[in-house]
Amino acid sequence: MASTTMTDEARYEELDRYIADLPDHKGSLIQVLHVAQDLFGYLPQDVQMHVARKLALPAAKVYGVVTFYSFFNTEPRGTYTVSVCLGTACFVRGSEEILKEFEKQLKVKSDQTTPDNLFTLTTIRCVGACGLAPVVMVNDRVYGRVTAKDVASIIDDCMAKGGSENG
Amino acid sequence: MAKLKSMEELAKLRDDMKNRTEMRVTGTNPDRIVLSVGMATCGIAAGGRDTMKTLVEELEKHGINNVSVVATGCLGYCYAEPVVEVRFPDKGPILYGDVDVKRAREIVDQHLVKGILLDHAIIGKGAGRR
Amino acid sequence: MNRYRMHLMVCGGTGCRSSQSVQIVENLNQELKKAGMDQEVQVVTTGCFGFCEKGPIVKIYPDNIFYVEVKPTDAAEIVAEHVVKGRTVQRLVYKDPAGGKQIPASTDMPFYGQQIRIALRNCGLIDPENIDEYISVDGYQALGKALSTMTQQQVVDTLKKSGLRGRGGAGFPTGLKWQAALKQKSDKKYIVCNADEGDPGAFMDRSVLEGDPHSVIEAMAIAGYATGADEGIVYVRAEYPLAVKRLKIAIAQAEEYGLLGKEILGSKFSFRIRLSLGAGAFVCGEETALLNSVEGSRGEPRMKPPFPAEKGLFGKPTIINNVETFANVCPILLNGPEWFASIGTEKSKGTKVFALSGKINNVGLAEVPMGITLREIVENIGGGVRDGRTFKAVQIGGPSGGCLPKSLLDIPIDYESLSAAGAMMGSGGMIVMDDTDCMVNIAKYYLDFTVDESCGKCTPCRVGNKRLFEILERITDGKGTMKDLDDLEVLGGTIRDASLCQLGQTAPNPVLSTLKHFRDEYIAHIVDKRCPSGVCQNLIHYVVVADKCIGCTVCARNCPVSCISGERKTAHVIDQERCTKCGVCFSKCPVDAIVKE
Repeated sequence: MASTTMTDEARYEELDRYIADLPDHKGSLIQVLHVAQDLFGYLPQDVQMHVARKLALPAAKVYGVVTFYSFFNTEPRGTYTVSVCLGTACFVRGSEEILKEFEKQLKVKSDQTTPDNLFTLTTIRCVGACGLAPVVMVNDRVYGRVTAKDVASIIDDCMAKGGSENG
Repeated sequence: MAKLKSMEELAKLRDDMKNRTEMRVTGTNPDRIVLSVGMATCGIAAGGRDTMKTLVEELEKHGINNVSVVATGCLGYCYAEPVVEVRFPDKGPILYGDVDVKRAREIVDQHLVKGILLDHAIIGKGAGRR
Repeated sequence: MNRYRMHLMVCGGTGCRSSQSVQIVENLNQELKKAGMDQEVQVVTTGCFGFCEKGPIVKIYPDNIFYVEVKPTDAAEIVAEHVVKGRTVQRLVYKDPAGGKQIPASTDMPFYGQQIRIALRNCGLIDPENIDEYISVDGYQALGKALSTMTQQQVVDTLKKSGLRGRGGAGFPTGLKWQAALKQKSDKKYIVCNADEGDPGAFMDRSVLEGDPHSVIEAMAIAGYATGADEGIVYVRAEYPLAVKRLKIAIAQAEEYGLLGKEILGSKFSFRIRLSLGAGAFVCGEETALLNSVEGSRGEPRMKPPFPAEKGLFGKPTIINNVETFANVCPILLNGPEWFASIGTEKSKGTKVFALSGKINNVGLAEVPMGITLREIVENIGGGVRDGRTFKAVQIGGPSGGCLPKSLLDIPIDYESLSAAGAMMGSGGMIVMDDTDCMVNIAKYYLDFTVDESCGKCTPCRVGNKRLFEILERITDGKGTMKDLDDLEVLGGTIRDASLCQLGQTAPNPVLSTLKHFRDEYIAHIVDKRCPSGVCQNLIHYVVVADKCIGCTVCARNCPVSCISGERKTAHVIDQERCTKCGVCFSKCPVDAIVKE
């Protein structure tokens, strides 16, 4: 999650420091993008261009990698990323219903962000907590054995904390 | 921690660390010897915790493993607390009474190491009559 | 050092952590302090016990008592009763669902009864963040043995003799892979650990990394010694933050102890390990795609040959083994290849960890000897199908695997038998399905997954799977024809034969296996326009059973499109033309008078 207190300048500085400290640029693109996304929260075109220049790679290569991997986002995310697991274990225990309930209550479709920028709804394939299926992840927190009835309280949990992630 | 420089140093470290996890391996071994210490309210009041601590320390001193020292509830011999039950895997249990620190040492020294029963301390024979 | 008289082991795996096991540890420590026993009794955060269904788990040594479904609020009672007074807290003891009998020792539970733990040997036994505990259970002894007493060829021969095969899916003999890399003359070689566990429903690699990271690190170093590599890379999913954290701790500790780095244990062998984080692409579980990803590129597979053992990472000879494979290496070196080969079947040696999930009573990780039957896993270890429903199929091997029906439950589990039955060992995910799961829909689910995850490099996979998916969609919509079944088979065969990598080659398996074993369900969808399991929206109808209806009007009042009519106290009727099949009436009816057909 992006640090909310940093300016963009400070973020670029931090990113440059990371790149400068790399022993070798060879093969480091994905690791650099991880760091960049941690800093900025997502990977807008400017950041991609910056990374391309710093690593002396064609921008097309950077864009190609960013769009290949589902972990990288080119759009900003809400404060809370709600990820409904659609892995098989969760699927057979009814996670589609839970996704529908989130879509209904948050009034967005999967891979969309609410207008207040509080929630981004996504799906994931298995977090490996199949014992708790069906599973919903909100940022790093895992909710297990979720039913459609729990959806409202999960949303309320986040709302209570408001816009600040650590609140 | 200084870097390990040889296989011998690694083996020594393993032996030093052994007692950190030994109990977990022994705990699931069906052939282990179990020492149960009565630790209900009366057992604790009579000094059961010191008894237990002594047993653990003595076992370590003698380097005996494959023994589990467990706390157990009231064994019913309240007049003879602290009570310690020694159970070898294929034998009937031996119940010792009035096990203070000194007697706890004796149990390890005599019964566990040498295989000699402490007749005077067995409940129904010598113990619990003070 | 202080010797503790009692150890309280609390599961710190991802599953139990999300049920507040961290809080349990904190509360236990507080209560012990309050009772003045924090010097006598130790609380240890350990790796996954495997019995995730009943988590969080607290195991107490030396008493060998196994508490299940523990809550943070139970800490006080555990300390006051069990720790202080030695009285087992009966209500937290596991109860056998069959007889309701309490089973306090894990060794007596049916879930653990048939397990042999090799790869998972230390999960639940040690604190994974403490290298001393790993060393105390013979950790790094295998590396020491290899460095001080064995030649490179002897290590490779030991692996060969053990019969260990890759646990990531295809089952290639590990010793042969190492031999191929050893043979190469090169200034640089790499050891890569594939920890990109992407199969939905598989979580054994995560558990090993979280519960026993040193066992993987040690085995990678042994592989490095055996083949002449000096650098190791763990390619791990970014979705596994806890595994990443524990790996980082473990690598740092091993470096501090000189078990990684220059001239390990006074030998001439140097080896270092770094992490490379994945970024959410299922195809990167395929070894050549993984190599591209480590090199910082799109995770598209390469043509084989050349195999990675000849030309791998950055064009250098590279060994790629999966986490579970590595986890088997140290015990083989310490106990000898004969010991390992004595477990399992003729062609599949040792054990395999299976991740049981889905509609089964005991969800969790079970490590069993090869050759055990599916039935033993599902019925004995898994405790049978949950909620009293009937077993329909077990899906093995994830998107590359297949669904096996009841009639095949007695086949022995090994690489060859599973492939012959149309499934695949894969990484060992086992998902049990019951009579409410539609097999056509399941096939569609997997194809949706593959279409989503296909890298797009080769046409059969990119386009072919999309077409397969569309045909399945047609069938589940009620618009399928019998010719579609032939098309599925022909197209599936083409994709299997013509795709570049394993992902594409195995992608049709879920379709082909369900077509083979559950053809009647496909036919019901096509001919009868009916989904026998009542799953496919377009094929189900909600109908009021007139005899049962009491005319309470609850359904009519709750119907969002007002398509239910009927007078008070008389049977109601659903207008099928206007019904949107939302299922509200079905769930609201107080007397179960509405049924799905």
